[in-house]
Amino acid sequence: MATMTDTTIAITRTVDARGSFCPGPLMELIRAIRESQVGAVIAVYSSDKGSKTDIPKWVEKAGHRLLSLEARDGYDEIVVEKRR
Amino acid sequence: MERILILGGGVGGTLTANLLVKKLRARIDRGEVGLSVVDTTGQHVYQPGFMYIAMGGERAANLQRPERSLLDKRVTLVIGEVERIDAEHQVVTLTDGRPLGYEQLVLATGSRIVPEAIEHFDTEAQHFYTAEAAARLRVALDQFNGGRIVLGIAGMPYKCPPAPLEVAFLIEAEMRQRGLRDRTTIDYCSPIGRAFTIESVSEMVTPILAEKAIELHTFFNVEAIDPERKMVQSLEGEELPYDLLVLVPPHQGQQFLMDSGLAPAPGGWLPTDRATLKVGDWPNIYALGDATDLPLSKAGSTAHFEAPIVTERIVAAIEGRKVDHKHGDYLGKVMCFFEIGDGKGTLLQFDYTHPPRPPKPNQLWHLGKIVFNKTYWHTVPKGRV
Repeated sequence: MATMTDTTIAITRTVDARGSFCPGPLMELIRAIRESQVGAVIAVYSSDKGSKTDIPKWVEKAGHRLLSLEARDGYDEIVVEKRR
Repeated sequence: MERILILGGGVGGTLTANLLVKKLRARIDRGEVGLSVVDTTGQHVYQPGFMYIAMGGERAANLQRPERSLLDKRVTLVIGEVERIDAEHQVVTLTDGRPLGYEQLVLATGSRIVPEAIEHFDTEAQHFYTAEAAARLRVALDQFNGGRIVLGIAGMPYKCPPAPLEVAFLIEAEMRQRGLRDRTTIDYCSPIGRAFTIESVSEMVTPILAEKAIELHTFFNVEAIDPERKMVQSLEGEELPYDLLVLVPPHQGQQFLMDSGLAPAPGGWLPTDRATLKVGDWPNIYALGDATDLPLSKAGSTAHFEAPIVTERIVAAIEGRKVDHKHGDYLGKVMCFFEIGDGKGTLLQFDYTHPPRPPKPNQLWHLGKIVFNKTYWHTVPKGRV
C-alpha cells in the first residue's frame, strides 16, 4: 500500500539499506527497480555516505527520476521514480 | 557430548574443523566433543585456480583433492546434501533423510552460480567460475582471431571481486602476445559508478585500464543478451556488440538456507554479525566465507581470516569461559593477490576500517600468487598460515 512522506510523495516501496555499505544500497535500489512497474516510487534509506552521490548518478544514467534526497536522523532518504 | 556440526568442506569449513581439533583435541579424544563436517561431494576444490585453467595452463585435476585427506582424523566427514536446518530444535536434515543434531553449528556453505537467471547466458556467455567453464573459455580464446571482447559482471555480489579485472588484463596481454591486439577491442563493464567497489583499488586500476586501451563502461548492469544481434544489454539502456562475451554469472546463497528461514530470498545470504560472525539472533550458529551478507569480498581469504574467530567463540562456549575478544572479534581482515598481466601483480590487504593501499604492481606479487596457489594444500586448510 502506498504511504505518504512529509513532502507528499506517494512511496510505493521502501528499501531500508541502512547498515549496508557501498555498493549495497545502490544494488538494493536496482533490485527494487527491476521488480517494480514504471511509475513506481521507491524510497531508499542509506547510512553509507557514498549513496548520496552514487545513487543520483545512477538514476540519471538509467533514465529514472530523482524526486528527493533528504538527510534524516543518521541516514539519507533518496526517493526515485521508475520512468522506463 | 557437545556436538559441533560444520556445513561445507571449502576453505572456511575445513580450516575451522582443523583449528577446532587443535584447541579441543583432549576433549574430542575423551569423547566429550564430537566434530563433523558435511560436504556435498567429499571433494575439496581450490576455486581461485579456475581462472588459470583459462589463462595459465592450469589443469582441473590439480585443483581438487579428497576432503578426507585435508581433515584431521578426529573429524567425521559426512558426504550428503543438506535439505533443511531446524534451528529451534538444533537438527540438520540431509536429503536422504539422515538427521544430524548439534549444539554448535557452523555454516560454511559458500555461494553458487546461477547463470540460468539470465536468458541465453549458457549459450552466449563464457565464464571461469567452474573448471569446465574455464576450459571452455580457453577453447573460445584459442579460436578467437580478433574482434570485440566484452567482459562484465552479471550480478552482485560475486566470488573473488578482482577476478573479472584480472581476466581482462590477462586477456589483453594475451591478445598483444598473439599479435591480435590491433584488431581486437576490449570493453569492461562495471555495475557501479567506477571500475571496482573499493575506491582505492578503483583509483589504481582505472589508469591501467586506460593505458591498456580497455574501455571502461560504468553503471552497466547486465539485463539481457541478444544472441541474434550479438549484443549485451544493460538495465541502464546501453548495449554493446560482442564477438566474445565473458560474464561473471549471478551468484546466490544456498537454497536450503532460504527454505530454512535463515537467509532472506532472493539472495540467500546469511544475516551475520560483523564482529561475532553469529547468524541472526541464534547464540550457537555461526557463518563464514561466501555464505554471509557481510560487505566484504566473497573469497577464500575472507573465510581464512574468519575461521579462527569462529573457533575461539565455539571453544569458549564449550570451555564455559568468556570469549577472548582479541581472538574472537572479526575486524574484517581480507588479503588477496591481484594479477595485472605481463607477469605483474599487486596485493590487496584491508579490513573494515582500513581500505587497501595496493603497492605498485611488480613481478614479486605475481609470483607470490603462483606460489600461494601451489602450496595451498599444505598451508591454509591445515591452519599452518
